[in-house]
Amino acid sequence: MQCNRFKECASLLVVVLLICSSTKAEQSTTNATAGNEHGAPPSGYQIVTFKWHHVMDPYIIALWVLVASIAKMLFHMSSKLTTVIPESALLIFIGLLLGGVVWGADHTASYSMTPRLFFFYLLPLIVLDAGYFMPNRQFFGNFGAILVYAVIATVWNAASVGLSLYGVYLTGVMGELKVDGMLDFLLFGSLLSAVDPVAVIAVFEEVHVDEVLYIIVFGESLLNDGVTVVLYNVFDSFIAIGGVNVTGVDCVKGVVSFFVVALGGTLIGIVFAFLLSYISRFTKRVQIIEPGFVFVISYLSYLTAEMLSLSSILAITFTGVCCQKYVQANLCKESATTVRYMMKMLANGSETIIFMMLGISAVDGGIWVWNTAFILLTLLFIAVYRVVGVVVLTWFLNRYRVVPLGFIDQVVMSYGGLRGAVAYGLVASLDEARVQERKLFFTTTIIVIYFTVVLQGCTTKSLVTWLKVKRSEHREPSISEKLNGRAFDHILSAIEDISGQIGHHYIWDKWESFDRKYLCKLLMRKSALKSSDQILDVFHDLNIKDAITYIAEGERKGSLAFIQTPNTDQLVNVNFHSSKQSEVDASMSVLKEGASAVCLDMQAVELRWKNLRESEDVYTHHLLQQYLYKPKKQLKYKYGRHDITSTEDDAQEKEIFEKTMKRRLASFKSTKYGVSQSKKVAKHFKKDPSQKKRSDEMLSNGGQLVFHDPAFSDPEHPHEYEVISNGGSNFIPNVTRQALADTYNGIDNPAFMLNEEPVARQALPPWATNNDTVVLSQRARVQMPWSPNNVRRLMPLRLSGRSTDSFLLADVPVPEEHPLSFLPERTAL
Amino acid sequence: METDQCTFYYKSKTVNSALSRTEWIQLKEVLSFHDWKLVTLALPKSCHLSSHQVTVSSSHICRLYDRFHALDKDDKGSLNRSDFQNISELAVNPLGDRIINAFFPDGMDLIDFNSFVRILARFRPVDQNPKKEPNAPEPINSRVNKLKFAFQLYDQDKDGKISKSELLQVLRMMVGVQVTEEQLESITDRTIQEADLDGDDAISFEEFKKSLDKVDIEHKMSIRFLR
Repeated sequence: MQCNRFKECASLLVVVLLICSSTKAEQSTTNATAGNEHGAPPSGYQIVTFKWHHVMDPYIIALWVLVASIAKMLFHMSSKLTTVIPESALLIFIGLLLGGVVWGADHTASYSMTPRLFFFYLLPLIVLDAGYFMPNRQFFGNFGAILVYAVIATVWNAASVGLSLYGVYLTGVMGELKVDGMLDFLLFGSLLSAVDPVAVIAVFEEVHVDEVLYIIVFGESLLNDGVTVVLYNVFDSFIAIGGVNVTGVDCVKGVVSFFVVALGGTLIGIVFAFLLSYISRFTKRVQIIEPGFVFVISYLSYLTAEMLSLSSILAITFTGVCCQKYVQANLCKESATTVRYMMKMLANGSETIIFMMLGISAVDGGIWVWNTAFILLTLLFIAVYRVVGVVVLTWFLNRYRVVPLGFIDQVVMSYGGLRGAVAYGLVASLDEARVQERKLFFTTTIIVIYFTVVLQGCTTKSLVTWLKVKRSEHREPSISEKLNGRAFDHILSAIEDISGQIGHHYIWDKWESFDRKYLCKLLMRKSALKSSDQILDVFHDLNIKDAITYIAEGERKGSLAFIQTPNTDQLVNVNFHSSKQSEVDASMSVLKEGASAVCLDMQAVELRWKNLRESEDVYTHHLLQQYLYKPKKQLKYKYGRHDITSTEDDAQEKEIFEKTMKRRLASFKSTKYGVSQSKKVAKHFKKDPSQKKRSDEMLSNGGQLVFHDPAFSDPEHPHEYEVISNGGSNFIPNVTRQALADTYNGIDNPAFMLNEEPVARQALPPWATNNDTVVLSQRARVQMPWSPNNVRRLMPLRLSGRSTDSFLLADVPVPEEHPLSFLPERTAL
Repeated sequence: METDQCTFYYKSKTVNSALSRTEWIQLKEVLSFHDWKLVTLALPKSCHLSSHQVTVSSSHICRLYDRFHALDKDDKGSLNRSDFQNISELAVNPLGDRIINAFFPDGMDLIDFNSFVRILARFRPVDQNPKKEPNAPEPINSRVNKLKFAFQLYDQDKDGKISKSELLQVLRMMVGVQVTEEQLESITDRTIQEADLDGDDAISFEEFKKSLDKVDIEHKMSIRFLR
C-alpha cells in the first residue's frame, strides 16, 4: 500500500518536474520574443493577458520551494529511504536531476544560488533556529570544549589544508596554477574548514550517543561557521592587499581583527537578545504579532553585525541563545508554540532549499575546471587533518574533562566532518578578479561537499553501528529483563541528576542567582515570574479533583463502602491463571478423544501450550513496550530540524510529575501526624483507614499537630469529623464508629495510598549488612529528624491550599524562605 | 594553617595515590571555600575507602563535594530528603522518590558527604583489568553491589524478597496510567513466574541476580562521570 502511495507521489513529482522545466523552456523562448511583443502596440483591449514576466521571479522561487517540499514528502513516504541515505544527499540528487532536466531542455544553467541569497536569507534562519533551541545549561557547561573545537580545530583545519596544498603545489604535481602564492591556498583552506552538522545530527538520532557529545558537536558546528567566515574575511582582505604587501603588522592586525570580529558579533547578539527580551515583556496587548518580534529583532541583529563588519552568524546565534529563556517565559503559550514551529519550519525549509540548490548549481558547464591532483589531494587532506585535529584536541581536552570523550565519540566526530552549505556560500562569493583560480576552487568545493555529504553521510551510521555491535548481541529480552532494564535506565538517569554530571555548577549557580535577582525581574513579565506558584495550583487542583471523584463514586454506588473499582476499559487483558485453567481443560478433552493417539496429542497440547504462552508474551511485551515510561531523552528533539516530538515527552513528564506529587503528598500526610515510619509497606492499603485512626489517636495523646484540610483528609467521611477544642490550640479529629466499620473497604486510588514510606528500624536483610551503614556526621546527629522545624516548613502549603481551618495556624510563625521545600524549584510542566 | 593541616591529613591517608598538581589545586579550592572541619571529617574517610575499595579519584571527590554543597541549600553539612526533592529532574523520574529513599537507609533522615560518595561510588564503571588480589574485599562498584542497589529499590520491607505487591508498586510507578490495574497484576504475576525458581511467589536476591544474568549490568548501571 505504501508502495502505491509512493508511486502516486512519484508521478506527481514528475508532473511538477515537467511543469518546471516547461516553464523554464517557455521562459527562454518568451525571452527571445519578448522584445518584439513589447515593441508592437496592442491590437486592442485584451480581456486576459498572459503576464509571465510580471511574476517570473517569485513564481520560480515558489515553484522551487514546492518541488523541494514535495521531494521531501516523498522521501519520508518510505521510512527506509531516509534511514539509509541522509536527506541532504537525497536533496542533492533531486537538485542534480532537476538541473539535468533543465539543462537537457535548453542548455542553460537553470538557477544558481547567489551568495547574497544564501547569506542574507537562508543562513540566518538556520543559525537562529540552532541558537534558539540550544540547551543553554549544557552549552555553557561544555563551553570550553566547544570553543576549543570551534576555534582551534577550525583554524587548524584551515591552516593545515591550505599549507599542505601549497606545499604540494610547490613540488609541481598539480601543474601550473594561476595563484599568487600561499594566501590563495590559505583562503581555500579556510573556506573549507567549517564542518556542517546536518548529517552527524541525523546519525545521532539513530545511534545512542550521550548528551555531552551531542552538545559538543552541535555547539562546535554552530560556532565554527562564524569562525570560518571571519577567517575567510581575514585572508580575503590579505589577498586584496596583495600577497607581497602583507607585513608583520598586517598579520597582527589580522589576528586582532579575528578576535574583535568574533567577540564583537557575540556582543551585538547579547545586546539584541536583551532588547528582544525587554520588548517581549510588553507585547501582551498585541498577541498576534508577538512572534514577529522574535524574528525581526533577531534578523536585525544579524544585519547590524553585518553592517559593522562583525560576525553576523555569531550575533544571531547569541541572540537566540540568550533570549530564549525570557522570550519563552514572556510570550503567551500560543505565541511560544508559533515561534517554535515557525523557527523549525523556516530552518528546515532553508536547509532543504540549500541542498537542492547545491545540486542544481552544479549543473553548469561553465563552472567546471578539472585538476585531478588538486581535487584528490584536497579530499585526502581534509579527511586526514580532521582526524588528526580531533584526536589531538580530544586527548588534550580529556586531561581536563571530568567526562572524557571515548573512542567512538572521536570516530564519530572525525568521520562526521562533513562540509556543507557555508563552504559553498563562501566559494561562490569569491571574486574572480582577485582569485584567478576561482573556478577550480569552486569545482573542488562542490566535489568535497558531494563526497562528504553523500559518501560519509551514508556510511557514518553503519560505521558506528559496526563499532557498537561488537559489544551487544541482539536478543529478545525476557519480561523481567525488560522491566528491570527500564528500571535501571531510570535509576541511572536519577543518579546522574543527583551527582550533577554536566556543567560547572559553581559558576552556573552564581549566574542563576544573579539571573533570578536582577535579569528576570527586568526582563520577565510579572505573570511569568509567578510561574512557581503554578506548581502549587496544579498540586491543589489534583487533590480537589481526586476528592471529588472519590465522593462522586461513592454517591454513584449508593454508599461510601465500595470496593476496588472494576476497570471497565480493558484494552488487553492478559490473565495467566485463567488461560492456564482453560489449557488444562483443553488438554483433558484432547485426552478423552482417543487413547490411541495420546502420544501425538500430548505433543499437540505442548505445542498449543507453548503457542499460548508465546502469545501471552507478545501481549505483555507489547503492553510494556507501549506504556513503560521512556527514559529521559530530553535533548534529542531539540537538535533535529526535522521534527518536533516534544509533546509525548511533555505528557509523560507531566504524568510522572503528578504521580510523584501525589505520592509525596501522601507520605507527607502520614508524616504530618507523626505516624511511626515502620509501617509495613507491603500491606495492602485497605488497612490504611485503621492506620489513620490509630494515628489520630496518637495525635490526641501527643497533641502535636493542628489542622485538617478536607481535601487532604479522609474524604470518606468529610462531615463526620468533630472538632474538639482541647486547650485552645489543639483539635482532634474524631472518627466515628461508622469509620471503623468502613475500615476494610478502601478505594483503589493512588492518591490515598500511603505506601511510599521508607521502612525503618527493622532487622537488616542478610545482603544489606555489608558495610553500607551510613554514619552520620556530627552535625547530622544534632539535627534530629521530624523536629517541629520540619513540620513547620510544610505549612505554607496548607495556607495556600485554602485550608478551612488555617486560622489555627495563625499563631504559628511561618518561615517564608522555604515555602514548599519539598517541591522542585522548577518543573517541566 | 588549617589548610596545611588538611593537606597533611589528606596526604597521609592516601599513600597509594599521590596527588597530581591539578587535583591539589582543586582540593585547595574546596578547602578555602568550604568549612574545613567538614572536609577533614568527610574527605579522609572516603579517601581511606579509596585505597581499598572505592578508588574514587580525588578530583571526583572534589567534584562531588561541589555538587553536595550545591544541593545542600542551607549549609547544614548534610542532605535531607527535601534537598533531594528539590532536584527538579527527579520529580519527573518515575523512580525518583525510591532512589531518594535509597540514600537514606535505616530510617536516617540526613546523610553526610561520606555516605553520599559511598552510594554514588556504586555507579562507577567497573575496571576493565582488575588487579588480582586474592583477599581483597569485593569492590563497592561490583556487579553484585550494583544489583543490590536495584533490588533494594524493590524490596521496601527489607525481607530479602521482592513480593508481589512490592513489584506491583514499582510497576505502577513505571507504566503510564492507561494500563489497568488488572493488566498490571498479570504482568506482575508473569514476571514473578519467570524469575521465581523456588516457587515461593517472590523473587529473592539470588533469583533476581539469575534473571538478569544476560544483562550487561556493569555497563547499564555505570555513570561515565566517575570513570
